[in-house]
Amino acid sequence: MTKGAALTEKQAVETGLAVDMRGVTKVYESGVVALGPIDLEVRKGEFVSLLGPSGCGKSTALRLIAGLIAPTSGTVRVSRPAAKTSGPHPVGFVFQEPTLMPWTSVRENVRLPLKLAHVPASESDARIDEALAQMGLVEFAEAYPRELSGGMKMRASLARALVTDPDILLMDEPFAALDEITRFRLNNDLLALWRTLRKTVIFVTHSVFESVYLSQRVLVMTSRPGHIASEIAIATAEPRGEDFRTSADYAAYCRKVSNALAPSYPGRSGP
Amino acid sequence: MSLMDTPPPAAAQGAPDSRTLRLVRVLLPVAVLAVGVAAWEFVVRVNDIPPYVLPAPSAVFTTLLQDWPVLSQSLMTTLFTTLEGFIAAAIGGIALALLFNQSKWLEYSLFPYAVILQVTPVIAIAPLLLIYLPQQTAVVVCAWIVGFFPVLSNTTLGLNSVDRNLAGLFSLYGASRLQTLRLLKLPSALPFILGGLRIAGGLSLIGAVVAEIAAGSAGAGSGLAYRIAESGYRLNIPRMFAALLLLSAAGIVIYGLLALTSHLVLRRWHESALGKES
Repeated sequence: MTKGAALTEKQAVETGLAVDMRGVTKVYESGVVALGPIDLEVRKGEFVSLLGPSGCGKSTALRLIAGLIAPTSGTVRVSRPAAKTSGPHPVGFVFQEPTLMPWTSVRENVRLPLKLAHVPASESDARIDEALAQMGLVEFAEAYPRELSGGMKMRASLARALVTDPDILLMDEPFAALDEITRFRLNNDLLALWRTLRKTVIFVTHSVFESVYLSQRVLVMTSRPGHIASEIAIATAEPRGEDFRTSADYAAYCRKVSNALAPSYPGRSGP
Repeated sequence: MSLMDTPPPAAAQGAPDSRTLRLVRVLLPVAVLAVGVAAWEFVVRVNDIPPYVLPAPSAVFTTLLQDWPVLSQSLMTTLFTTLEGFIAAAIGGIALALLFNQSKWLEYSLFPYAVILQVTPVIAIAPLLLIYLPQQTAVVVCAWIVGFFPVLSNTTLGLNSVDRNLAGLFSLYGASRLQTLRLLKLPSALPFILGGLRIAGGLSLIGAVVAEIAAGSAGAGSGLAYRIAESGYRLNIPRMFAALLLLSAAGIVIYGLLALTSHLVLRRWHESALGKES
């Protein structure tokens, strides 16, 4: 069994990869084959969506990249800065639920990753302010999570993921529980953020429309066992805006992705 | 809130209703008490029941005032014992739960005995404790035996109820065991711990009283329960009632203080301490 390893800065520069998964499988203790084998390469600065029905192993793939679970076989390599050769994977993770600590303020929630890394308060305060500003949360800094709307909670969760300035942002269906209007706004904000910060984003979703709108590349996954069935590049020029949502181009891509997804629907035999 | 800044019509209409309701909820039990006490007084007077059979409420009240020097001393003794037992139960219960949480081996080895201690009636253990321990220690140990289990089981439940994703987040950021305990598990468990303490407060009083009665039947002691036993032997029934009244009041105050503490600690974030509207 090979465990997750780190791409050193040198290797990463050579390959230009942020994440490199080779022949990765995950079998849970119950014997359920959750994933694989899959190969997955994500270039630095790329926005990639993993799209598929429930149970296709897309969340498992994300957890493997985060280092939250270990692969049963294969290798998971994640690039990290040369300065940080050990320790947890340098990624930010956003869960489907906001996953905030209800007993403390937004500011303290955002502080958590820095606190756990023993960053002194004098240094972390500036970084927290920056992350809060990026997500438009400055005036909600002292609010408690339950005083916030679903969208605001998710913003706080995103601010927490950004506060460590990770190179890679892993997002596990982050906007699935939000209403459509809020989701569209957060989609736009996320794209704007990605354009300025140029982070590598791996975005898990079960929404065809969301994946096409956001990503440069959509990886369609099918279940039992989870593997990557097809890959569709979304070649629309940046920057994308609300216009893209209503364009013929967008509709065509959505049809293409839907068709690629169709074989994985139970009870249907192909597009 | 002043009457000048009236809330919107719907709320204004609702406000007096809820205020009336709150008033009714306070007044009804008080009225029931008044009626009950009056009926009791009436029955005793009309039937001319002697005080050594059933004292009238007025006689109980008079005794309470007359015997206040003795009774207040006993009250302090019992309260002090309860407090000692409660603190021991709180520390013991929380510490044991933390140990169990850190080491499964310890939990498997010791938890059954915690259960056995809990299910064995303390009234049956008390006489034995009084043989082997100095009386004051035995009484505190009784209060502890009864009080620690709810703290232990509630804290254990709380420590195991940590949000799975938050736990994942902590391991993602490389949190140490101590950080996870201090920043995640203990705050998550806090509502459960406070619930356990609220139960333990009342139970510590019960434990103290049980042990005092056991000690009292051996002819020693000075707490309220001992006064009850002693007054019983002397057929001083009004004093029995007066002491019982004080015990009851002590129990109510203990519960109220713990509920208030719980509310103050949790009011900003926990569902249990928030109004239905917010």
